[in-house]
Formats: sequence, C-alpha cells, structure tokens
Amino acid sequence: MEWEVVIGLETHAELATRTKLWCDCSTEFGAAPNTHTCPICVGMPGVLPVLNRKAFELALRVAFAFKCKVPPRTFFDRKNYYYPDLPKNYQISQNYCNTGTEGHIDIPVNGGSKRVRIHNVHLEEDAGKNIHPERSDADYSLVDLNRAGVPLLEIVTEPDMRGPEEAQAFMETMRRALLYTEVSECHMEQGHLRFEASISLRAPGAAEYGARVEIKNVNSMKAVTSAIEYEIKRQTRILNEGGKVARETRLWDDAAGATGRMRSKEEAQDYRYFPEPDLIPVTIDDEMRARVMAAVPELPLARKRRFIEAFGLPEYDAGVISDDRRTADFFEEALKTYDNPKAVGNWIMNAMLREMKQRGIGIVELKPKPAQVAALAKIASSDRINSPAAQKVFTIMMDTGDDPEEIIRREGLEQTSDSGDILPLVSKAIADNPKAVADFKSGKASAVKFLMGQVMRMARGKANPQVAEKIIQEELGKM
Amino acid sequence: MELAQKTACELKRMIQTGQVSCREVMTSVLDTIEKREPVVQAYLRALDRAELLARADATDKKNARGEDIGILGGLPIAIKDNICTKGISTTCASKILGNFIPPYDATVAQRIAEAGGIVIGKTNMDEFAMGSSTENSGMKLTRNPHDPERVPGGSSGGSAAAVAAHEAVMALGSDTGGSVRQPAALCGIVGVKPTYGRVSRFGLIAFGSSLDQIGPLTKDVSDAALLMQVISGHDPKDSTSINADVPDFMECAGNDRNLTVGLPREFFGEGLDPEVGKSVKDAVGLLEKAGCKVVEVSLPNAGYSIAVYYICACAEASSNLARYDGCHYGYRAEGVDNIVEMYCRSRSEGFGPEVKRRIMLGTYALSSGYYDAYYMKAAKVRKLISLDYEAAFAKCDVVIHPTTPTPAFKIGDKTENPLAMYLCDIYTVTANLAGIPAISLPCGRTSSGLPIGLHIAAAHMGEKTMFEAAGKVERLLAEAGKWKL
Repeated sequence: MEWEVVIGLETHAELATRTKLWCDCSTEFGAAPNTHTCPICVGMPGVLPVLNRKAFELALRVAFAFKCKVPPRTFFDRKNYYYPDLPKNYQISQNYCNTGTEGHIDIPVNGGSKRVRIHNVHLEEDAGKNIHPERSDADYSLVDLNRAGVPLLEIVTEPDMRGPEEAQAFMETMRRALLYTEVSECHMEQGHLRFEASISLRAPGAAEYGARVEIKNVNSMKAVTSAIEYEIKRQTRILNEGGKVARETRLWDDAAGATGRMRSKEEAQDYRYFPEPDLIPVTIDDEMRARVMAAVPELPLARKRRFIEAFGLPEYDAGVISDDRRTADFFEEALKTYDNPKAVGNWIMNAMLREMKQRGIGIVELKPKPAQVAALAKIASSDRINSPAAQKVFTIMMDTGDDPEEIIRREGLEQTSDSGDILPLVSKAIADNPKAVADFKSGKASAVKFLMGQVMRMARGKANPQVAEKIIQEELGKM
Repeated sequence: MELAQKTACELKRMIQTGQVSCREVMTSVLDTIEKREPVVQAYLRALDRAELLARADATDKKNARGEDIGILGGLPIAIKDNICTKGISTTCASKILGNFIPPYDATVAQRIAEAGGIVIGKTNMDEFAMGSSTENSGMKLTRNPHDPERVPGGSSGGSAAAVAAHEAVMALGSDTGGSVRQPAALCGIVGVKPTYGRVSRFGLIAFGSSLDQIGPLTKDVSDAALLMQVISGHDPKDSTSINADVPDFMECAGNDRNLTVGLPREFFGEGLDPEVGKSVKDAVGLLEKAGCKVVEVSLPNAGYSIAVYYICACAEASSNLARYDGCHYGYRAEGVDNIVEMYCRSRSEGFGPEVKRRIMLGTYALSSGYYDAYYMKAAKVRKLISLDYEAAFAKCDVVIHPTTPTPAFKIGDKTENPLAMYLCDIYTVTANLAGIPAISLPCGRTSSGLPIGLHIAAAHMGEKTMFEAAGKVERLLAEAGKWKL
C-alpha cells in the first residue's frame, strides 16, 4: 500500500554575530579548545547573562522575512536538562513566547512553488562540544565550551512536506534565505546550519497524522535526505505488515545508513521550562520593528520570480543571478545605469561570474562597480566596439576597476563604421588578393570571409564588421 | 569603648580627621575576632592578619598624603560566603563548592574595594542561603552573640553575628525571603533588603534569582545608608538591575519628616510573640506621639506568601543549582563509572539535606503536568501580593510590623521541623515577592534580653522614604532609651 509521507523540519542556524549571546566572548570557529570562554559562558556560580541585542535583531529579521507574527514583547525561558556540554545544565531558550510564530516560506517544487508553514522562530544559546578520546580504554571525556553560548536560531516548520524531494528543496531554500537575510554564514561543515526531521506516514486522505518519529544526529543535508528515505521504508514496512509505528526519537547512523531507537515518547525528557528570571523581557517597539523590517530583503525565490516577470529574464538566467543576494543587488544596481536587463544580465552571467570563478574572488573583492559593468554593456550593445574588444575591456576592468570609456580610449578600441575609413582598406584587400576575387566570381562565399579577415587585420580590429562586409559585397559586386 | 564597637560612620569621621588610623581600627576588629570567634563562629574564612594590616597601612599612607581614601576608606567589612570574591574561596557554606575560588569579583565586592573598604573575611550562612538559623551550613555552627545557646538567624547569620559581636564594622548579606532582615532582627542590628534591581546581583551565587537581593548588615541606620550608597546603582552586567539615580541615602536617614505609617493587621495576629508585638507597637506609639499618622492597612493575600515563596524560590533554585554537577568545578565524587553516576553521587554527597529538599520541591513544581497548578498559580498570587502593597501604599508611606514572630530561638529547636523553620520568614517574604525595599532595625529587648526587630517596608524604589522612617524610629528609640547594641 502507498502511504502519504508527512515531514516537518527543524532548522538550527548559528547567527553571524561577532560575540556570543550572553557574554563578550568571540564566536570564531576553530580556536584552540576553551579559549573563547569566560565565567559567563562556562556557567560559573553567580554570573548573569546579558542579551546580545544584535543577535536578537537578527532573529527578529528572520521572523519578519518569513512573515511571522511578532509579539510586542517577548522573553526567554530555561530549558532544563543535564549534559556536560551545557555547563549551567539549562539552556536559555524561548518556549512560552517565541520571537516569531505562524510564518511561512515558499519552496520550489516541480517548477512551481509550495508554501511551507513556519510554526515558530526562536532564539537560544548553542551548547559546547563533548570530545570522547578514541582510545577505547580511556576513562575520561573532554568538553570544549568555545561554542557554548553562541547565538542559535531555531526555525520549526509545520509538518507540511510530503517527501524527501520537498525536504531537500526546503533545506536548500532555507539555507539560501538565511544567507540572503545575512543572519548566518551557513557553513554546514562548521556546524552553522543543522537540520532535524520528523517523519510520519498516513493513509492518503487521512485527516490525522501518524505517529511521529524524530531523527537526530543528521549532520548534512544529504544525511537528512538519506535518513528520511530510510525512515519512509522502515515505517512503510511496519505499516504494511499491520504493525504500529512507535512515537520515538531515533538516531541516524551515517556509516550504517540506518536509524536506531534513541528514546521512546514515554522516556521523553521533561524540560521543566520556566521564564528565565535573570533576563528582562525584550520590548519590540515600533522603532525596532521599522529598523529591523528595513533590513529584511526580498527572499531569493520571490526575487527570481520578479526577475522573470518584471525584467523578462529567462528562468535559468533569473535563477543564476538571484542565487546570491549581492550578485542580484549588483544586477539591480547596474540597471539604474543601463535599463536593459537582458544585456546587463548577460554580462553578469557570462563575463563577470565566470571571471570571478576563474580568479577565485567574491563579489566584495570585485573591482568594477555596477555602473561600470552597465556602461560596458551599453557600449557593447551599440556598434562602437566589437565583441572581442568588449571582452578585452571587461578583462581590463577586472584588473584595474577603470571606467570602460577610459579603457577604450587608452587602448584605442573604438571601432569605425565610417565607410570613408573602411573603403580604402577594402580596395587594398581586393587589389592585393586577385585569387579571392576569382573565387568569389566562381561562387565561393568563403572568399568574402577571407577578405573580411584581411580588412580587419589592416584595421587592427577596429572596423565595424557589418559595415566592412557590406562594402566588400558592394565592391565585389561592381567587378 | 573599643574602636571595634563604634559605628562605621563614627570610625569614618575619626579616620578622616586623623583621630585614629586604619591600622588601629583594623587591629581592634582583628583582636575582637580573636577574642569572640571561638564562641560566635561567624566566619568561614578570615583573611590573613598581616595582609589586612598592610592594606590598612596603605590606606593610612594615602590619607596622610591627603589623597581620597574613598567613602569606606579603611573600614573592615565582612562578606557573606555566597558573594564572589576574586581569589578568595566562595563556598555558599556547601561541600559542593568547598574548593571553589572565583576568578572574578561580584559587582558589590568591586564597589566596596573602589570605595576603599577592606574585605576582612567571608561569613557563615545556611547552605546556598537556604535556611533561617544558619544551622544548615555545611561547614560550622554560628551562635548568637547575645546568647550563645541561640541561633543568630539566617541565612546571613554569619554576617549578622559578626557585626553584632563587633567582629566586623559592617557586613553584606543576601536576602531572598528575609535572610538579611531576620538575622539582623535576631542579632539586634540593622539589615536592609533593597528594591529588587537596586543592587547588582552579578557575582551573587543565585538561590531564587527573581527574589535575591544583596543588602547591608550594620550597627545603625546611618551605617546601612552608607553601605547602600556604595553598592546601589545600575550594573550593565545584571540585566535585572534598574537604571535609575541613587538618592543620597545618608541624607535621607537624617531627614525628619512626619510620615503616615501603615500597620498591616495580618502581621499582628496569631503566632506573634506578645513581647515582640508590644515592643513594635510601643515604637509605633513613639512615632505617633512625634506627629506621624498611624493607619491600619491590609495585605489580604499575605496568608499565601510562604506557600508562594517556597514554590517560586525552590523552582528557581532547582534550576540555579543544576550547574553543581561535578563536571566543571566544585566537588566531584570519587570512583564513578559513568556520567550519570558522577552527577548523582557528586550531588548526593555535595549537597546538604535542606538544599536537596528544596531542589526536589522546585523540580516537582516545574514538572510537566504540575507547572500550571504550582508555578503559574504562585506567579499569579505573587502579583496579587504586589497589588496588595500598592493598595497599602496608597494609604501610607511605610508599612511597619515585627520582622519576626519571635526573638532568637534555641539551637536545634526547629531543625527537625522544616515547616516551623519556614514560618520564621512569614513577615519578611512578602517584600521579596513584591520586590519592594525593607529594613529591619532593633526596637527593644525581651525580658530575657533578646533583641527584637522592627520592620519597615516602603514602595518600589522607595528607599529614600524607608531610610527617613528608619532614621526617625531609631532617633526616637534612642531618646526613649529603648535600644543600645
């Protein structure tokens, strides 16, 4: 029997703040263990947390970006559980009043888009890391608290995804959205971005959801997808054999490619949430609302759609240009100088992004400004320079950041369309190449190409090829 | 009269005018410690004598050069052992923190140092400030200087006993449900519980975070105002500290203003020792005679205060004390096989019985399925108690009643009956639940010579009015010859 797959995802994203959520320690990744710590983030007696306002505003930005409802006042709660990487043995999080609720994100599905509802967006502190020695006879474990207290955003969806493909699309869209909103660097390998899935199956058309299985320990998007696929098979088998799926938490074993039971619902931890008395509620007043709202960008999928609809870009081009926020910003900025989306888009896609890739640089290190790239696109669309010359101008712009006009003048790249300049060259080419003339007369079209080459060589590439070809045809026709 | 017996304000004047040196003051206090400590046992740790004298000398040199020595210049001050002092072990009188030396100062300790005060030692207390007699200390038994067979009160019993025995000129304690005011009353000294947020909690080892406040224990009201002046004020390291100007408390204590005094009928009823009640009423009579208006007020929800307090404080404590697990610092059980055993045994061996009782109470109150019935309900009643006070302060400037139902009780009297011990705080917890400032000052003695404490509470951030009233009561009592330490 076919079952309907129901998937919900939790996204954990480390926020890109310079300092931790409750203290001034650095959030930098990769430092020697326990060097980015202080009495506050190691949870010593008597210390108190002070909210990093920047982190809160980033969380708020995400809530707004996903069109969440945002309360006028929010607060933090303690989530109590014991683990060595959590030195206070409680995590400061949000439970009773989240930063955002009831939002949504659109994900691309089968050429269209699908709305996934966001249950809530909330801010919490990350935990440290337990390190277990590889020696099997070791009688100790180590704890690195560099990550303890790093601001972590949790985004919880409703169970709106219906298969591993949608989950995959969600994760990619979420990652891009978080990059776009500039709240997280989203380096998966540095643990900036983590996902957890919950999966259930139900008979198609059933109103109730089936028993939900949560999967932990999935360290990459690929692992999430694999774990989902495994769970679908496992649960399908149980249901088809007439069994019942247990509501439980399972751990993904990447090497084995399987999930294993971690704890049942009955064993679920009671986190004993209560309002964090060491912090005061955060008031989200009109000023903060307006300021944070102003920093919310259009999300990539919406922008892509607009590029297609408003600018007439082909779907592929719109996708490439909108993929990275700064590239898309560059594009739109360039349009202010030259309002020809197709031409500007081509230059960005075919010249700029390619050169950036070759040179291994990002858009921040790019020398040409949007107006300069636009100016070149405009010049290249006229007959002032030819295509190879335009490519040459672009390469020089990448090296120097000089204006295209300046480069054209300096390099003498402007082409001539003046028949008075071109005619003597054509006449000389015809005079010098009687064989070509004979070929032309015997019907070989390639003779024109040959003569074109001669003319362009004499003009050192600056003759307008259309004009030159027209004159050659005319002169040969007279003979 | 020994120098150690003088008040901080007197000594301050004498030091500044060159009548005495800081060395003489320090020597007198250290000699008193030597003499009385074998019985009183107020300190868990007194600092090295030579080092303290060297610091007194340094202040004297500064003073001789005409430099500013600070408003606490050279005064020997004791600090309760739940307030972190950099490089000086801070244990909360608990085995679980027996080896803990903080690498940082509490904001109050830093402010005392900046004001020129000299920390002379850390005082005994009920373990993690949980208790009303200091008998719950995991370290030692402190005795009431007025009667060594009796408790000094708690949980700041060490600080109160140190000041009452002149083993310190002033001291700091912490007050979650009465832990400064109740021992002050039982030891015949002055104790203040500031408005919640008036004094930074940074570096105070938390018991009930939403109730804890650090406050002074001193020989008179002016000394309390002096120490409050130093420790009050906004601290960016404590999000709950209030960003507001600090009035001149010293001046307030000297103001003579006729105030309206409210007597809450709920705090003069059943369970109140008649001698204590009479002493407080006599003091109110002096105020009335001096021109103050006296009205009866009501705190209708006060009857729930002990229940509400033990739910709120224990819930927070169950979470605050979770960090003592043997993992990162403090006591760790030997010979454990796994992490869960390490947690269980370290905590079982490290905490005393009262602390365990409260962790269990708090854990229960926060548990899934019980949260609404206990914690949420308590939070609502807490709000009602605040509103009761607001209504009372619409009719009067200050609320006066006894600090405790009885004077100091005998050592061991209540150790077998936790509930009887909890009821010691019946008149003090409401101020913590409402977050308002309150002071206890001695108003007389029982026929057997035990001190009696009078409690004055004022509206939120109303320390100014509180000190005005306390100063006035103190002057009237002195004129009437009712009190002398």
